[in-house]
Amino acid sequence: MVIYFAKRLLEMIPTIIGITLISFFIIHLAPGKPTDILSELNPKITPEAREKLEKYYGLDKPIIVQYGIWIKRLVKLDFGESFSTDKRPVWDKIKERLPITILINVLSLVLVILIAIPIGVSSATHQYSLYDKITTVVVFVGFAIPTFWLALLLMILFGIYLDWLPISGIKSLNYDSLSTVGKIRDMSSHLIMPVLLGAFGGLAGLSRYMRSNMLEVIRADYITTARAKGLSERAVIYKHAMRNALLPVITILGLSVPGLIGGSVIFETIFAIPGMGQLFYMSVMTRDYPLIMGVLTIGAVLTLIGNLLADAGYAIADPRIRNR
Amino acid sequence: MTFWKRFKKNKLALLGGIVVIFLFTIAIFAPAITPYDPNAINVHNILEPPGFTHPFGTDDLGRDILSRIIWGSRISLSVGFVAVGISTLIGVILGALTGYYGGWVDLVIMRFVDIMLSIPTFFLLLAVIAFLEPGISNIMIVIGLTSWMGITRLVRAEFLSVKEREFTQSARAIGAGDMRIIFRHILPNSLAPVLVSAVLGVAGAILTESALSFLGIGVQPPTSSWGNILTIGKDNIEIAWWLSVFPGVAILVTVLAYNLLGEGIRDAIDPRMKL
Repeated sequence: MVIYFAKRLLEMIPTIIGITLISFFIIHLAPGKPTDILSELNPKITPEAREKLEKYYGLDKPIIVQYGIWIKRLVKLDFGESFSTDKRPVWDKIKERLPITILINVLSLVLVILIAIPIGVSSATHQYSLYDKITTVVVFVGFAIPTFWLALLLMILFGIYLDWLPISGIKSLNYDSLSTVGKIRDMSSHLIMPVLLGAFGGLAGLSRYMRSNMLEVIRADYITTARAKGLSERAVIYKHAMRNALLPVITILGLSVPGLIGGSVIFETIFAIPGMGQLFYMSVMTRDYPLIMGVLTIGAVLTLIGNLLADAGYAIADPRIRNR
Repeated sequence: MTFWKRFKKNKLALLGGIVVIFLFTIAIFAPAITPYDPNAINVHNILEPPGFTHPFGTDDLGRDILSRIIWGSRISLSVGFVAVGISTLIGVILGALTGYYGGWVDLVIMRFVDIMLSIPTFFLLLAVIAFLEPGISNIMIVIGLTSWMGITRLVRAEFLSVKEREFTQSARAIGAGDMRIIFRHILPNSLAPVLVSAVLGVAGAILTESALSFLGIGVQPPTSSWGNILTIGKDNIEIAWWLSVFPGVAILVTVLAYNLLGEGIRDAIDPRMKL
């Protein structure tokens, strides 16, 4: 077991190098330079001043040399400094925004698991019933709804017509003057819609997946055996069938991490949440190369960690893998 | 039972197919059926709620929303099809190479696939598109270039299984070359799942395009797309609900139709196909 995970961790290193290499080249080879934006703002800038600026940022060197410098600093967990006027270290900027994005995504994932799995199991055990048909239709519609549109609709309904929930940011203006309980309440009311929407994307897929797994498992011989030896239907479904149907779901959850992180760009921009997604959007708009690379790398690392956790979960849940 | 007979029995899939045909008709005949010029600005009719003259209302420049949605369907359909065309082409070629040759070719390409899958796709899309000139042709290309990984895996799996079948081996025995075996013998036998995933891919590409346009880095105004009408909807969210509702319904119906059609085709070809 330990050897297996050590090996998996080592395997992550070439993948991360590959990811950063590809991202670095795509970003640096794309037309337009960060200095273009600076010079657009100041039409009086001379070509010499521009060159000086490029030299200052290290953009005059060949791209492979630039990558070499970047990766050398990365080994020491140094992502460099942002190109923006505050020139703060990239890692500091990411550090203050990472927790909120992770919090929202973890809560969404928990919500997805809590809702999708029971739905999947019950629609499988009641295949072709009215309930199954309704959930199938709901799932199909769920697949097709753009989350950012749903966000707008929820904002109109709960934020404007009913005025129950705040529609932007993660805390109210008077946040600092609130009591601890008040602070928690204030923040949760801000987070309800983003978390719901984050979960929504995964809900349809996972419940569908759980349903088809259950349908397959229910027909297996060992389920017939379990019924034949007189176990209650409850024990058959929840102990024998569900545990086996859950196994592939763990992998799917791991694979859903990049989608969740990518999706955070959309609702962090809609709800004005100061997280990684919003940071990335801003860094892309200002061509802040070090910041873009930093966020992309962290996003990829989170994805790989998600996959690793999924594998660990799989190993814990399945003795056939655990004992290998 | 033939494919068509099985497909016909699936009412939802049939409905999806009819809606897809309907959308095509609308897109093709857009100039003839739109009540107004989609880009005609009318300062006397700003933010007018839905009514007799403007069934879906007007936007902040007085443009007719129904006309803009109809014209927007052209954008969605072309982005959907071109993007999927690109991703399917790349996926089929890479998948065929890895599945057929195996060895280091397989190792290198599949590693590349793993790497692409580990980068949050939407981040990558955003980075590339924001750097290029935002516009419809770049959107199509970039969506296509970032969504070929699934098809590659699919085609690879198909090739691995079809490669060992007797007809492939007998083709090899009579001296057919690699290219002939790949294109004449294996590929035609692997096309069904590719078709299904392409139809489902159109839905995905339409969703992605609308999200990008919504964020302001997709199709640029004044060209209307469902996503950028929703941006105006967001800016006027407290006063004009119709700007947020109708374009979203259009996206929902379109994506739903392609999904139903795709699943219907899959079930009619092979209900056990895993996609």
